[in-house]
Amino acid sequence: MRRRLSLLAGVAVLGLSLAACGGGSDNSTSDNINPKDATGKVGVFTWWADGSEKAGLDALVKVFGADYPKLAFDNLAVAGGAGSQAKSVLAAQLKAGNPPDSFQAHAGAELQDYIDADQIEDLTGFYKDNDLTSQFPKDLIDRLTVDGKIYSVPSNIHRANVVWANVDVLKKAGLDPAKPATDLAGWFADMDKIKATGKTPLAVAGSWTQVQLFENILLSSLGVDGYNGLWDGKTDWKGADVKTAIQAYEKALSYTNTDRDSLSDWAPATQLVEDGAAAYNVMGDWAEAKFEQDGKKPGTDYAYFATPGTAGTFDFLADSFTLPKGAPNPAGAKAWLATIGSASGQAAFNKVKGSIPANTTAKTDDFSEYQKSAIKDFSQDKIVSSLAHGAAVPVAWLNDLSTAVSKFGGDKNVDGLQSSAADIAAKFAK
Amino acid sequence: MLKRAKTWGPGVLLLAPTIILVGVFVYWLIIENFRVSLTNQHTAKPSSKYVGFENYSNLLADPNFQHSLMNLLILTVVFLGGTLIFGFLWAWILEQPAKGEGFFRSVYLFPMSISFIASGVVWRWLLSSLQTSQPGGERTTGLNRLLDSVGLGALQNDWWSNPNWGIAAIAVPAIWQLSGYVMALFLAGFRGIPDELREAARIDGCSEWKLYRHVIFPQLSPVMLSAVIIIGHMSLKLFDLIRAIVPDANTYDVQVPATLMWVKYIGSDYADAAAIGSILLVLVALVVIPYLIHTSRAEKR
Repeated sequence: MRRRLSLLAGVAVLGLSLAACGGGSDNSTSDNINPKDATGKVGVFTWWADGSEKAGLDALVKVFGADYPKLAFDNLAVAGGAGSQAKSVLAAQLKAGNPPDSFQAHAGAELQDYIDADQIEDLTGFYKDNDLTSQFPKDLIDRLTVDGKIYSVPSNIHRANVVWANVDVLKKAGLDPAKPATDLAGWFADMDKIKATGKTPLAVAGSWTQVQLFENILLSSLGVDGYNGLWDGKTDWKGADVKTAIQAYEKALSYTNTDRDSLSDWAPATQLVEDGAAAYNVMGDWAEAKFEQDGKKPGTDYAYFATPGTAGTFDFLADSFTLPKGAPNPAGAKAWLATIGSASGQAAFNKVKGSIPANTTAKTDDFSEYQKSAIKDFSQDKIVSSLAHGAAVPVAWLNDLSTAVSKFGGDKNVDGLQSSAADIAAKFAK
Repeated sequence: MLKRAKTWGPGVLLLAPTIILVGVFVYWLIIENFRVSLTNQHTAKPSSKYVGFENYSNLLADPNFQHSLMNLLILTVVFLGGTLIFGFLWAWILEQPAKGEGFFRSVYLFPMSISFIASGVVWRWLLSSLQTSQPGGERTTGLNRLLDSVGLGALQNDWWSNPNWGIAAIAVPAIWQLSGYVMALFLAGFRGIPDELREAARIDGCSEWKLYRHVIFPQLSPVMLSAVIIIGHMSLKLFDLIRAIVPDANTYDVQVPATLMWVKYIGSDYADAAAIGSILLVLVALVVIPYLIHTSRAEKR
């Protein structure tokens, strides 16, 4: 008896390991599947696990449920730091050939990794079927297109070059919140006045928010062409103008809270502005949703403006959804993508998340004051890609540059940051 | 033949699942990890060729990796020194005949029962870098606030946010957590020394110091070695505590190879991540193997 048991155990283990190896994916072409006929579960992977992001996802799921009553939404969200935890989980699942039905990624260079790895499907046909090409702005379509193909459906558009300010703190320092500085020098002069009142002029949090601040200063200091050139090799990282920009970043850091690395994510830094402990915070416009959820009023409690020196520029990032190769329910995934791309889905989602719809036909009459201004800016501004959010450069480049920026927070070595940023650019630029 | 199989067959079958599982999930994965570390897979794209030990030489020449190794050294020295000193001290105090030994033993050992992640959340708050004299100082929390309120404000510092020595601050919670364990080891060591030996030494006219120096310390050296090995290899692998205290994985000040491996991994740089993993394995082996040799020799004797 005992012998038979152990034999059984051995066989069971062998069987298990064989099953694990045999889980290959069948690559049926998903182009000719009609999402209307789809049934079952749709597993969607995001890093929208709480706050305004979760609320936005819930709103989207509601629309999805109404559009496709036969499908069940399966929330596979993983929480944590601008998606870094989620991305590692996702990478492991994709590598194991066990993809979700759809996953979130930042539009732009970040998608390139998945495309290179042959992990996501070409959605050009899907865009034609749903007539999305005419509904999304051309600028956005250009940024989504890689070698003539489109691989993802954006759910929203965010702006990363916004300064959020506490009205009271500014007034006490003798500044007019309605008339922000127009360049970095003027902004730093304002910060000196705030410093004199004993408040922290500029709130910032851990590594990635420092990278976003760095990106804003680069954009402000180098201008649109200079900034874009950093990513395509046209701007020399070793140039004198980049050095000036890094010096400006050093100056900006000198106005920030010293416990920046201890703050767990962007929200605590924005909280400092909300509480009146700090005057400014450079943050993407997801901060708007936070102010609104906390019952603050624009104009009286908080003010917002484009980072000084970047007015007329829209530092863009977008969350977008993909169809992974070998997705268990490709028809359901297409249904999900159709809801995301649709005017009703985008209106419901972005109203809550604080971003603006990528679909220009979405109804935005009841959106907040900030969102309306952002919609207007997006239609007329010059659009650049955000560094900190994977739109400008691939993840590996961003990662190395983040390390260099994080190091700079400690040693303040301008030449060191410049030369390592130049080395990193040389390593990754094609 | 069949008769022999009958005697060892059941044993082999009983062990087979374990052997297979360990074989696959430990040894095969080590080999696979080493294989990846020899490729040029620096993006999500599948690797195209083997590059030999290029990743290793690049890493060792990389100032960021050197910084992480330096951090690891500081962390290990402070962590090891701290746990040994406090562990020994507590064991020595408890070893003196005193009341309430059981109570204090539990008190000192208790932190070990908490996971690094849970205690890290508390220590993140305690080790907040803000100081009362800085702008925004009214928000000061944790140790800096405590030092200020007991009149030791001059001792406030930026803890782990210091790029050179910050990593030593991470060793503080680690020491707090594992000193009790080292104490238990030493206490067992003390108890293993028969009273007769001490009495004999005292009768021979030995002073208390000489008693410790020539009779007790030599008998504690195996305990000491165990403590060094256990704490040393824990320090090399320390990842969870750092990640729990420091919110952003990419924070340069406290980067050690284990956290750098994670950063490389989420950046899809699989080859470099695997190479760091292999380097860590070698470092841990350098600590553990001499110990294994030592114990097997001791057993033979």
